[in-house]
Amino acid sequence: MSGPLGLAWRYVLFHKAKSLILVLCIVLTTILPVAVKLLVWQFDQKIVARAASTPSIVGAKGSSLDLVLSALYFKQGVIEPVAYAEVERARGDGLASSIPLHCMFTAMDYPIVGTSLEYFDYRELEVGAGTRFVSLGDCVVGQKVAELLSVNVGDQIISDRDNVLDLAGQSPLKLNVVGVLEASRTPDDWAVFVDLKTAWVIQGLGHGHQDLNKEAPDSPVLIASESGRIIANRGVVSYIEITDENVDSFHFHGETDEFPVTAILVSARGFKEETILQGRYESSDSEVQFVRPEIVVRDLMTIVFQVNRFFNANAILIGGSTAMLLVLVVLLSLRLRKREMETMFRLGCSRGTIVWLQVGEMGIIFGVAMVFVMLGSTWVWLVSGDIVEGLLVNGR
Amino acid sequence: MIQIENLKFQYPRAEFMLRLPRLDIEAGKRVAIVGPSGCGKTTLLNLISGIALPLAGSVTVCGEEVSAMPDASRRNFRIANIGMVFQQFELVEYLDVLSNILLPFSINATLTRSPEVRSRAIEFAEAIGLEGKLTRRPAQLSQGEQQRVAICRALITEPGVVLADEPTGNLDPENKRRILDLIFQLAEKQNQTLIVVTHDMGILSGFDRVVDFQEMRFSNGAEESAGAVRASIGEQA
Repeated sequence: MSGPLGLAWRYVLFHKAKSLILVLCIVLTTILPVAVKLLVWQFDQKIVARAASTPSIVGAKGSSLDLVLSALYFKQGVIEPVAYAEVERARGDGLASSIPLHCMFTAMDYPIVGTSLEYFDYRELEVGAGTRFVSLGDCVVGQKVAELLSVNVGDQIISDRDNVLDLAGQSPLKLNVVGVLEASRTPDDWAVFVDLKTAWVIQGLGHGHQDLNKEAPDSPVLIASESGRIIANRGVVSYIEITDENVDSFHFHGETDEFPVTAILVSARGFKEETILQGRYESSDSEVQFVRPEIVVRDLMTIVFQVNRFFNANAILIGGSTAMLLVLVVLLSLRLRKREMETMFRLGCSRGTIVWLQVGEMGIIFGVAMVFVMLGSTWVWLVSGDIVEGLLVNGR
Repeated sequence: MIQIENLKFQYPRAEFMLRLPRLDIEAGKRVAIVGPSGCGKTTLLNLISGIALPLAGSVTVCGEEVSAMPDASRRNFRIANIGMVFQQFELVEYLDVLSNILLPFSINATLTRSPEVRSRAIEFAEAIGLEGKLTRRPAQLSQGEQQRVAICRALITEPGVVLADEPTGNLDPENKRRILDLIFQLAEKQNQTLIVVTHDMGILSGFDRVVDFQEMRFSNGAEESAGAVRASIGEQA
């Protein structure tokens, strides 16, 4: 390569450190706002799409945003549960179908979602390997969970302790992986799905233990056994794994109607039915609210974009400052190279060619910087979906 | 070859004025221009090469009136017909020796950089003792070697006229003679007219002619009106 561009290229290569610093300045001031823009755009697309695919949600009164985040992104502990009886009530005598969600626990830090089989159809989730959960203790893992934990059908994962310091608390439960979902590029990729009853077992509302009827009268675990009433001590073995052998020993204490669910996904038969249903909730004094996620999410995004506007202004200011510094560097460089330019002129180089030489140098630096910005932006674009999903589901 | 008539030149906002009634330099001659600093020697080279334009009078080089040409033509004329050697060598620090020699072909589109030109540059460089140093940068060369590169750069376009501005000013006594002999030898080989500006009176042997600016007078307006301007041109035997 000869000519002014060739000279420019050689100048840039010769002054590697200076060129690299200039490239870095341009890349950093450009890629940060671009990356944030892409992330915000992905965030907007993902969260709005997820909300739009969820017509309405019923849950405890309080922050509608917390309720939406619990139902769409399986956030734990951000909202009070409601009684399971609300699932039936949400059906509104046939006005809608309803799917319960229980999002209070995690397995290896991934949310455990207790729900019904209808959820898979509702979200159009396909099982890529294995089957949907069929019995107590089964779980179906999202594609990302399977990938990141390296689990497959036939493996087991263990629910996390609610509080690792509470030794007397609920024991973790081993879950049998019976299916792995196909990638859906939604928060469902990042969750572990179990039957609602399994979720209640994890919560300690149901349990299984050794059959005391089969114990000998002198068994050390028995305190008393008279007229069909058995009293045992703390030595009774509670099962931390549900197997074919012990599944029948699992039982619940109390009324399941009063058992908790985090939220209820509601699909009304139509707009009219949805309006009627909403009216019922709004007019009642119950501790339950009916929300349309899309409206809640769009309100949230309005705030996000307002904040983003401040960030944009900040990026423009930083970009402007950097541009001025770059101009200063170029001007100082020109001053230092005055003799070189003068020599070229004396040898027969036109002023225009000298300008082209300068423009070529800056062009190469900008070009290289833009290549890095493009590569960086492409990478951000490729991973931003996962980043956003990960952030939304469990702050990963 | 070079004809200067009734030349008047003055830098903007400067009192100094160069006046030269007449100067003729024949083709193939070796001419030294001597005189104290600031007497206008370099200015004369700039006028001959068309870098500067006279206020009045004419400068004709190789039959072309340089002082009457438009900018672009003067530039193209300069690169095709005039080779320049500078006191400070003025090599480009980020180019290697070979690229420095070929610099005129990189900065002016009227010159075509062909493989033959490259071969000629390599031959030139090797002929003056730069073999094995073609990929070095100027900073890796001695001062004598740097001036050799500058001479190669001046001659690579095979110009009719070579203008050297204090080419030995930055060299030690031993290198001074060597470099000057080298310039003489190469100029003679290509039958080039050589004009060397110097204030070093010890290197004048070997020149066909010496123009002594010491004897010339440069005036501001007052002296000019007093008729104090005169020129003296000495001819060496």
